[in-house]
Amino acid sequence: MADSDLQRSTVLASIRMSLGQAQASDAIDAEYAAISRSYKLTGELSVYALLDLFEDRLLEYGAGVYRASAAEIGATIGSILRRRGKSGLAMPAGVPMEWMAEGFTFVDATGFDAYELDKTEGILSSCTVAIAETGSLVLQNVAGQGARVLSLVPDYHLCVVFADQVVETVPEAFERLENTSTLPTTFISGPSATADIEMTRIKGVHGPRFLDVLIVV
Amino acid sequence: MSEVPVQHTQWNALDFPDAAKVLLEDSQTRKNVQHATNVIQGKRNKVVAELPDWEDLREAGARVKAHTLRHLDYYLTKFEENCVRAGGHVHWASDAAEANRIILGLLRRHEAREVIKIKTMTSEEIGLNATLEANGIRPIETDLAELIIQLGKDRPSHFVVPALHKNRQQVREIFQREMHLPELGDKPEDLATAARTYLREKYLRIKVAISGGNFLLADTGGMCIVESEGNGRMCLTLPDVLISIVGIEKVIPSFRDLDIFLQTLPRSATGERMNPYNSTWTGVHPGDGPKEFHVVLLDNGRSPILADKEARQTLQCIRCAACLNVCPVYHQTGGHAYESVYAGPIGAILTPQLHSMEEGRSLPYASSLCGACYEVCPVKINIPEVLIHLRGKVVREDQATLAGKFSLWNIGMQAAAFLFKDAGRLSMAEHMGLVGQKALVSKNGFIEWMPGMLSGWTQTRDLKAMPAQSFRDWWAKEKAPHAKSADDGGVR
Ligand code: SF4
Repeated sequence: MADSDLQRSTVLASIRMSLGQAQASDAIDAEYAAISRSYKLTGELSVYALLDLFEDRLLEYGAGVYRASAAEIGATIGSILRRRGKSGLAMPAGVPMEWMAEGFTFVDATGFDAYELDKTEGILSSCTVAIAETGSLVLQNVAGQGARVLSLVPDYHLCVVFADQVVETVPEAFERLENTSTLPTTFISGPSATADIEMTRIKGVHGPRFLDVLIVV
Repeated sequence: MSEVPVQHTQWNALDFPDAAKVLLEDSQTRKNVQHATNVIQGKRNKVVAELPDWEDLREAGARVKAHTLRHLDYYLTKFEENCVRAGGHVHWASDAAEANRIILGLLRRHEAREVIKIKTMTSEEIGLNATLEANGIRPIETDLAELIIQLGKDRPSHFVVPALHKNRQQVREIFQREMHLPELGDKPEDLATAARTYLREKYLRIKVAISGGNFLLADTGGMCIVESEGNGRMCLTLPDVLISIVGIEKVIPSFRDLDIFLQTLPRSATGERMNPYNSTWTGVHPGDGPKEFHVVLLDNGRSPILADKEARQTLQCIRCAACLNVCPVYHQTGGHAYESVYAGPIGAILTPQLHSMEEGRSLPYASSLCGACYEVCPVKINIPEVLIHLRGKVVREDQATLAGKFSLWNIGMQAAAFLFKDAGRLSMAEHMGLVGQKALVSKNGFIEWMPGMLSGWTQTRDLKAMPAQSFRDWWAKEKAPHAKSADDGGVR
């Protein structure tokens, strides 16, 4: 027997010895399914209250928050970039043409290595779902969001969130993520931060130091 | 596999009471610990109070964890199957030496001279850094607090904020010296920027990373890591190879269960509604993250704990450290007094069990049994209950040895048991005590010094002298003249 097989069977044998008689897998699955989940699964807020809550949470993290109608996305992105003093952004494949504000350069960063990403002015992306109660954005590796490094290495992240992507509670977000649960997924709640020194929250240790969120209503 | 030198972390040099005595004299550390734990606890209480369903979340979390532990082999093999299907590699390690050997073997295969690391208690538990260094590989900690500890040649004292015993002036001194930055300021921002610059070059260059893991997801074969700074994400996504060392108790049945733990963990750990970053991934994903992914499943004394039904709940722990922050004992001593990788109330029950009750035997006594740890625990581990259970174990084991049988403690306790079992004996002892204490009672009616073994008690406390008349005598005379004599059990 190879070393690794031996190690595997040793650990499993030790667990089984401690646990005693194993149950059949469908009995285990049934026991799991019967676990009561009486915690809050769905939110109760109206769309307006929901978006206000989401905005409040983001502001508390020190993120910038903007709102626009679907028709104004491009123009609003332009004004956010002007305000941030940026001349353009990198982005994953699949960001719609209409988002690319006139007068700014947008480059497809698919396949960029970390050095190249480090040199960009920032990243523009969409998201899969957002959670109001915790002010979180959830990004997955799909068109418009791309690989996990994209939202990590650049110092600035601008994320576009549609109102119907915002849910109130964490369980609602997981319900929506259920079918794509094996994709690389990142939950982002505010800019990178640490409280390791005297419990003072310091923004941006290793991840992006600046986060803007554009909510499309 | 060829033999490799493996270094072990040997922390159990002193017993808790001795170690605590040393730390109680370090007023700077105590001040830093108290400040930090008060701040986190305040934040924690506020964000927990926001959730009306907090108790339901605790209950569901405890049930999911308890269920997984009851069927741990089932869920681990399920995880393995799904992880391998997604392109991951799964290794099993019975103990620290085996885990070190596996990791070292992988690093050698990739000819790694340096590795970047995400904060992981499991790596601390198996003494990984020492092993790597002894084999010519340089581990670089990327979590700000761990970096402070590593550069300061210190030990973590808390498992969420490992450097909370250091204030910023102390951090600055370490960074000035180790990063060669004589001009460095002492604002937290200055220190964070110094760490950012120091580490960014390493993230971009080093090709192998080592991490722990917060959750293994059996239904997808995926993993979840929870962090704040983004250093975790750097290590998880930039290198070509990722090796994660994870305790076998970290598996949960399904991705969906994260909807409980991603609510309870951040609120309990750092007092935030959500920590800045959570990453989940499954095996390898072309064009995103490492090309090679290894999980080392670590037993190292965990599986025998499953057999002890009363103590099994210890393994439900999600390492939020909320129990440390509320513990009056931890407050006073900080983490180093526990002489153990896992400090605080959870350390007091986990450490002795991980070492089959051979080490850390004084830890179950390092508690006031006030119950605060149980109240805050997001997975409802009844720590006081387990502490008492383990104390019982320590005593029974001691009594079984020859030295234990004849130890003063045991003889004293047996004598006490003998006396307390019989009312006549007890009242006789009370009368003898009255005579015996005469020489010890000072003018104020207190006993300030006791002889022999009992002097330990009076070193830090005064003892009220026994009253001239015992309650039993008083009762017999005043209130129960018609009752039978106390000696036949008429009075209890
Ligand atoms: S025992 Fe409970 S409170 Fe303590 S670290 Fe573990 S989960 Fe948190």
